[in-house]
Amino acid sequence: MKNKLPAAPYLVWMIVFILVPLIMVAYFAFTDKDAHFTLDYVSNVAQYTPIFVRSIWLALISTVICLFIAYPLAYILIGMNTNIQSTMLMIVMLPMWMNFLLRTYAWMALLGNNGLINALLGLVGLGPFKMLNTEGAVVLGMVYNYLPFMILPIYSVMVKIDKSVLEAAADLGCNPAKTMLKVVFPLSLPGVFSGITMVFVPAISTFIISRMLGGGGNLLIGDLIEMQFLGNSYNINLGAAISLVLMVIVLLIMTILNQFGADDDGVMVI
Amino acid sequence: MSENIITLKDIVVEFDGERILDKINLEIKDKEFVTFLGPSGCGKTTTLRIIGGFLEPDSGDVMFDGQRINGVPPYKRNINTVFQRYALFPHLNVYDNIAFGLRIKKMPEKAISKRVAEMLKLVNLVGYEKRSITRLSGGQQQRVAIARALVNHPKVLLLDEPLGALDLKLRKEMQIELKRIQEQLEITFIYVTHDQEEALTMSDTVVVMNGGKIQQIGSPVDIYNEPTNAFVADFIGESNILRGLMIRDRLVEIAGNEFECVDSGFGENTPVDIVIRPEDITLVPPSESKLNGIVESVIFKGVHYEMLIEGYDFQWIVHSTKAAEKGASVGISFTPDDIHIMHRMKDDDVKEEIAENEE
Amino acid sequence: MKKLAKVYLALVMMFLYVPIFVLIVFSFNTTKSRSVMSGFTFDWYIKLFKNEIIMSSLMNTIIIAVLASIVSTILGTAAAVGIKNMKKVPKAIVLNITNFPIINPEIVTGVSLMLLFVFFAARMNFEFGFVTLLIAHITFDVPYVILNVMPKLNQMDPFVYEAAQDLGCNPLQAFFKVVLPEIMPGVVSGFLISFTFSLDDFIISYFTCGSSMQTLPVTIYSMTRRKVSPEINALSTIIFLTVVVILVIKNIVEIKSNAKEKGERR
Repeated sequence: MKNKLPAAPYLVWMIVFILVPLIMVAYFAFTDKDAHFTLDYVSNVAQYTPIFVRSIWLALISTVICLFIAYPLAYILIGMNTNIQSTMLMIVMLPMWMNFLLRTYAWMALLGNNGLINALLGLVGLGPFKMLNTEGAVVLGMVYNYLPFMILPIYSVMVKIDKSVLEAAADLGCNPAKTMLKVVFPLSLPGVFSGITMVFVPAISTFIISRMLGGGGNLLIGDLIEMQFLGNSYNINLGAAISLVLMVIVLLIMTILNQFGADDDGVMVI
Repeated sequence: MSENIITLKDIVVEFDGERILDKINLEIKDKEFVTFLGPSGCGKTTTLRIIGGFLEPDSGDVMFDGQRINGVPPYKRNINTVFQRYALFPHLNVYDNIAFGLRIKKMPEKAISKRVAEMLKLVNLVGYEKRSITRLSGGQQQRVAIARALVNHPKVLLLDEPLGALDLKLRKEMQIELKRIQEQLEITFIYVTHDQEEALTMSDTVVVMNGGKIQQIGSPVDIYNEPTNAFVADFIGESNILRGLMIRDRLVEIAGNEFECVDSGFGENTPVDIVIRPEDITLVPPSESKLNGIVESVIFKGVHYEMLIEGYDFQWIVHSTKAAEKGASVGISFTPDDIHIMHRMKDDDVKEEIAENEE
Repeated sequence: MKKLAKVYLALVMMFLYVPIFVLIVFSFNTTKSRSVMSGFTFDWYIKLFKNEIIMSSLMNTIIIAVLASIVSTILGTAAAVGIKNMKKVPKAIVLNITNFPIINPEIVTGVSLMLLFVFFAARMNFEFGFVTLLIAHITFDVPYVILNVMPKLNQMDPFVYEAAQDLGCNPLQAFFKVVLPEIMPGVVSGFLISFTFSLDDFIISYFTCGSSMQTLPVTIYSMTRRKVSPEINALSTIIFLTVVVILVIKNIVEIKSNAKEKGERR
């Protein structure tokens, strides 16, 4: 099979609809409405630094919480017998199959001032608490939506760890805690790093979760971009500039993480 | 119609500037069992792929039945191949694998089932029709691969190290079986192997290759007894290869002593390579021989003992059913018949090649 | 230790499922309240099926998902075969570009396609809608097809293709009779992933669909922007149950085929 020809239609597609659009982002970021070169938009991005900082901060917190929830869970899963294991994994992953707008909407209903949680708290004489439209609600929404993305890669790496390696560790004098720390954890690191990227990237660029659970006061980069393209402050050049910065940040973070990450999930980074 | 079924003329193949095949010339007769023998990387598989049509030579002609077939794709050649790791179709069962080629030719199903049945009988796999390929042993897969190729009634069957993946016992059985099939069907077999014993056992003609060149073509007996150069001598069986000087016809100097021999036509005072097979050497008391040495080691090999004798800056390998004592001083004796004289190959690259191949 | 594990597992499950179950329960509520069950009704379901916007956007979603996943599967499978035959460096370049839609934030992919369409819409006089949406979906689907087919091609014994030619197949026959059956699991999973991603996609569709054409997620989004509407609860319930049914069937089929394989081996 020496023929490269079957790839030709895709190569055209790839150039026109992957490569050229990315060039378009750069083009719009560096030109004004009359297609003249300008650095105004790119330098204007600096004024949104607080929003960038908040996005990175919230995404970071969510990623860490996901990691702390997912890691023990994956460890518990691999300890189960194989038949139950696959069923449990399916149950854990099942919510992910529902559209994330609906999942986020569910929390809207729970957290609202007239929502179920406040109603229950009211029964014991507490509250109502303002939970919706806070940063906490945004983090909660991110954790809820992206938790499966952390569980799956950690689980898939852990499940491949050879059981005899654990026995060898025990044989060489490790108690279960030491085995965990000295053997399981280092071996599961590639999964941890893929999990971190898989949670962090969508979290830093979301605009739905912040819009639905964070109200107007908790703008993130995603909201900012969306507003430039489809919102009130229509300015696609500025939007392109912000997107470009976001892309660079994400690619940088992924390149760093990929130095440690698992290669076998097939996702490569330049 | 010519008597030669396959003729290769000045075949050259280069890859990344390196010559894989260097002017291969070869004639293969109809109904012959020909073996390409050589170390890995010698070009034997490349030659086979050229005949099969999987590779086009950079220059030279490939003739089939008197017609030039350069550029004819594999699916239009009346040649079939048994691949190294069988390359059976995992999604088809035994019957469908064997029937594959006939179905491509749109043969009626009735005729197909007759031909497949014949083949299953030929390779002793009757009753396995519905079996999944993945549930066959290595030897059975091998038989399916042979049947799948032969069912098309090719004029030539190419076999690329087909027994390489089998264990020793099974390999011996399959060698005999392949030879039987070839004689029964009267088809030309072109067989590639790096196993010299396999080549000598099965073939009518052995083509010894090395470094992209043909070293020698001949019957197994010729190749073993009259190797044309040190490479062939070393590759086919174990040998003692020494440097010598042809003083004149039928007289050669080995390790400072003159010996009578049976070869002639090398000219006078010509440097030559000399081969003496380990099993042709007899150990005698030191006084009875011109060449003496000390027994370095004695290893029991089952049928014989292998002994290393150190003498005259040369380590002799000797095979004998009688063991000498380690450390003993012995005489090395052989008859004029046992001395095989060969043209010295260019400078020292022979030795290097031999050393490389032994790694 | 075992007990602690079970408690932990139960807590995580509660976190994952309580919001969904609350949603389901309140889909049968007679009032719009999100905290008090006043009575049981199917009204919201009836309203849902009578809602033309939702039904037409559901149709759009399915049509787009079917078309996009079919085109992507063909385009991607052919691409994988061709890419496999490329030399090392061009191959690495193509694969890296292919990965862009996967690793890039979705919003950037959406925005970049929107910019492309904006740029050419002004010059070539076309409107956002079905075509732009379809192009966008194919663009983010194909990489997943390639990603799924590529490993199968790499696992395949390359001599199988030669063997087919040796037995009389021309290259095209050899592909369809031998290569395709071999890589079929990858092709199928590529197709299924494309299909589900297309069904589920909101962000990229949101930027490329324009105002005339809406997919279900885009419609859901505009519904959540408005006042509380229990129709969304009803819709969530239906989607959730569909997913459960599909996954249960899939698991049963897998368990059965595993058992069958084991049986055959014996």
